[in-house]
Amino acid sequence: MAKGDPGGTTRGRRAAPRSRKSAAGDPELVQLLTPEGERIESVTGPDGNEYRVDFTDEEYRGLYRDLVLVRKLDAEATALQRQGELGIWASLLGQEAAQVGSGRALRTQDMAFPTYREHGVLYCRGIDPIMPLGLFRGVDQGGWDPNEFKFNMYTIVIGAQTLHATGYAMGITMDGKTGTDDGEAVIAYFGDGATSQGDVNEAFVWAGVFNAPMVFFCQNNQYAISEPLERQTRIPLYQRAAGFGFPGIRVDGNDVLATYAVTRTALDNARHGQGPSLIEAYTYRMGAHTTSDDPTRYRIASEVEAWQAKDPIARVRAFLEKQQIADADFFAEVDEQARRESVHLRERVLAMPNPEPVTMFDHVYPNGSPLLDEQRAQFSRYMESFEGSAH
Amino acid sequence: MSRIKEFNLPDLGEGLTEGEILSWLVKVGDTIELNQPIVEVETAKAAVEIPAKWAGQVQAIFHPEGTTVEVGTPIIAIDTDPGAGPLDAPSTTATPGGDLPTPSAASLAAVEVAPAEGMVEPGLIGGPAPGGRTAVLVGYGPRTTAAKRRPRKGGVPAQAATTPTPMPAATAPAPQPVAAPASAHDGQGAATTGGPVLAKPPVRKLAKDLGVDLRTLTGSGPLGSITREDVQQAATGAVVAAEPIRATSVATSAASFGADREQRIPVKGVRKLTAENMSRSAFTAPHVTEFLTVDVTRAMKALDRLRGRREWRDVRVSPLLLVAKAVLLAVKRHPMVNSTWAGDEIVVKEYVNLGIAAATERGLIVPNVKDAGRLSLRELADALNDLVQTAKSGRTSPADMSGGTLTITNVGVFGVDTGTPILPPGESAILAFGAVREMPWVHKGKVKARQVTTLGLSFDHRIIDGELGSKFLRDIGDFLADPEAALLAWT
Repeated sequence: MAKGDPGGTTRGRRAAPRSRKSAAGDPELVQLLTPEGERIESVTGPDGNEYRVDFTDEEYRGLYRDLVLVRKLDAEATALQRQGELGIWASLLGQEAAQVGSGRALRTQDMAFPTYREHGVLYCRGIDPIMPLGLFRGVDQGGWDPNEFKFNMYTIVIGAQTLHATGYAMGITMDGKTGTDDGEAVIAYFGDGATSQGDVNEAFVWAGVFNAPMVFFCQNNQYAISEPLERQTRIPLYQRAAGFGFPGIRVDGNDVLATYAVTRTALDNARHGQGPSLIEAYTYRMGAHTTSDDPTRYRIASEVEAWQAKDPIARVRAFLEKQQIADADFFAEVDEQARRESVHLRERVLAMPNPEPVTMFDHVYPNGSPLLDEQRAQFSRYMESFEGSAH
Repeated sequence: MSRIKEFNLPDLGEGLTEGEILSWLVKVGDTIELNQPIVEVETAKAAVEIPAKWAGQVQAIFHPEGTTVEVGTPIIAIDTDPGAGPLDAPSTTATPGGDLPTPSAASLAAVEVAPAEGMVEPGLIGGPAPGGRTAVLVGYGPRTTAAKRRPRKGGVPAQAATTPTPMPAATAPAPQPVAAPASAHDGQGAATTGGPVLAKPPVRKLAKDLGVDLRTLTGSGPLGSITREDVQQAATGAVVAAEPIRATSVATSAASFGADREQRIPVKGVRKLTAENMSRSAFTAPHVTEFLTVDVTRAMKALDRLRGRREWRDVRVSPLLLVAKAVLLAVKRHPMVNSTWAGDEIVVKEYVNLGIAAATERGLIVPNVKDAGRLSLRELADALNDLVQTAKSGRTSPADMSGGTLTITNVGVFGVDTGTPILPPGESAILAFGAVREMPWVHKGKVKARQVTTLGLSFDHRIIDGELGSKFLRDIGDFLADPEAALLAWT
């Protein structure tokens, strides 16, 4: 704000929408598990829906296992980057609950459109976590069959996937696959920064007017790389949905139970033909934007510490311990499994074959083209002019 | 595989070239676990902790805190199996307070020729940036490392691919069929200018084609960028005098032949331009060449008298001057010869930019005398002398060489009688002027020793018919046979 600002009125008007700075926490935020591990039985959201979960002990333990594994595999990938084995890595540290909660809320027939950070969602879809690592190691283009996994390819372009998702969702409607308990729904992941993109706003418009079976899942991790939320929006992000004519809700993105409950409801509404909704999962990116970023340049340590106290895994563990749902053996076993899986992941990353340079021609056209065939032949001759093997 | 593994500093953030060792979190002798933080490194983007790539015992630390290390350089050696007993080879363990050990020669050699394990072979994106500390927070910083390439087949020394200095073509060992010459100009060995070279891609392409090293130029464009003109100027030697001429000088220097007793000279620079122009012209303009042998004894005598005049005392007067004058006067009588075929029209020019083909150290160049038709004989003589001197000293500018309308090639200086010259592109006539010799000649009914030369005129038959070409050549010959009479008759 300018120095010459008279203060008072303007400052007050601007400060009002900043819910995250309010001392009493975030009143609009749906929460079922407090940072201290206290269970809240059910919450009636500002949208009038009642949110609750009824998990078995086994399911609670399963969510904990997911959270720990996802974090450990993510840390392994970060280490691999630091050791020169991955070109770059976008860590999900701090956002595990938002991803596991929403990922586990998906049903088999639902389709997910990730950004490039949804390693946790990918894991919950039952996909081998090695799948996206070829992209970050630079040995493939990050391509896979989205239909096989019901999980679109990682999208690097910010917000672009929301339009793809909306189109996909409109297709579901046209195919008549909504309106029943077994209807299909689509979830599109994006971040707070993406909400400023035209693509995302266009997707809101289309999904709204076509009543597409969509869930817009915004992980508000407070920073668009280095740009804080204050410079992204003047109202809470979930409130934007009202302007597009569909409901929006904010959930504690560090609360895996609440995230699950809210996402489940939104997906069910979509599959029953009740149209799109926006979920703002209020969370925090504990690490850097990517391994190329230095967050200490734009945020202060005390802020990170404050969020550390809201850790998504610690609260589940506290709850499991207090409720005696899990014992020390269980936690040790989960840690051991995480260690094993991360070592396994490491070994497989190191064993990834470097692609032959000519394979770059393989996935341009499904049936090739004469021009590309010629280029490939030319390039092969060039490569053969070198001594030794390619690697 | 050896149990001692050396860890090379990786590129920690998309295109970084170096990092500063901030602090070591382990010391020699420490037992470490996989992924245990071992060192804190600050790059242009961030200060990060590097986790250990292997479990084991720290065997050696190669760089003290505070040093800046290039990406790909070994920074630590780890004994991955310390329980297996003493090492066979002498240990590289650092003595406390003593000198730091150095990485094994083998590992350095490995770094030299191959990318670090698992690293994608670095490309050569972006311009050279000495020092490497390009301030980029996120995203894709410029790649500043040179590509490490495998050697080419056919006995090329491995060193050739990474040698930063341009090699004299005379010792270039093998053909480089695709793309390889680019590396000599655009990327490596950037230390000469101390900054990235600014030039648009088409200009880079031009420089590559002309064999001009952009790093040797001073840009005259915005922000000191190198322009097309800068490159052309450099290619013709107008700016660079110190730079040894490559490729062209090879032809005359003692060639070094390979085992197959063949030498391969890259086609670039003036040679390439000449080749392009000549084949373009030869295969687009239908050439006709006519010859005329002339007794130029009178002209030679006239030249002598001219030299004897006081106002011409300091002027170098050569037969070329009279030939040029002859051509200019003949053009006035037959303007169509001074023209350009432009597809659907013929452009006839009132002005004559008279080109003079010159053999220079750099190769064949054709500077021209602008609007030569308006010059007096004295002005023409001065202009020709200037032009020749400039060409010989290698300072001819692109402007001097562009816009020629009609050309004389003075092959006589090489002692030959004549030739069938090829038209410079865009011109319709070119005259070859052969050697002036004493020959037996029928003069006034008797065979006498006379000064005789042979003219060869090539012309574009699309524009110039045999009749016009013959008349034009005849007029030139008439002038040279009797300049005074022609002057009186025509002017």
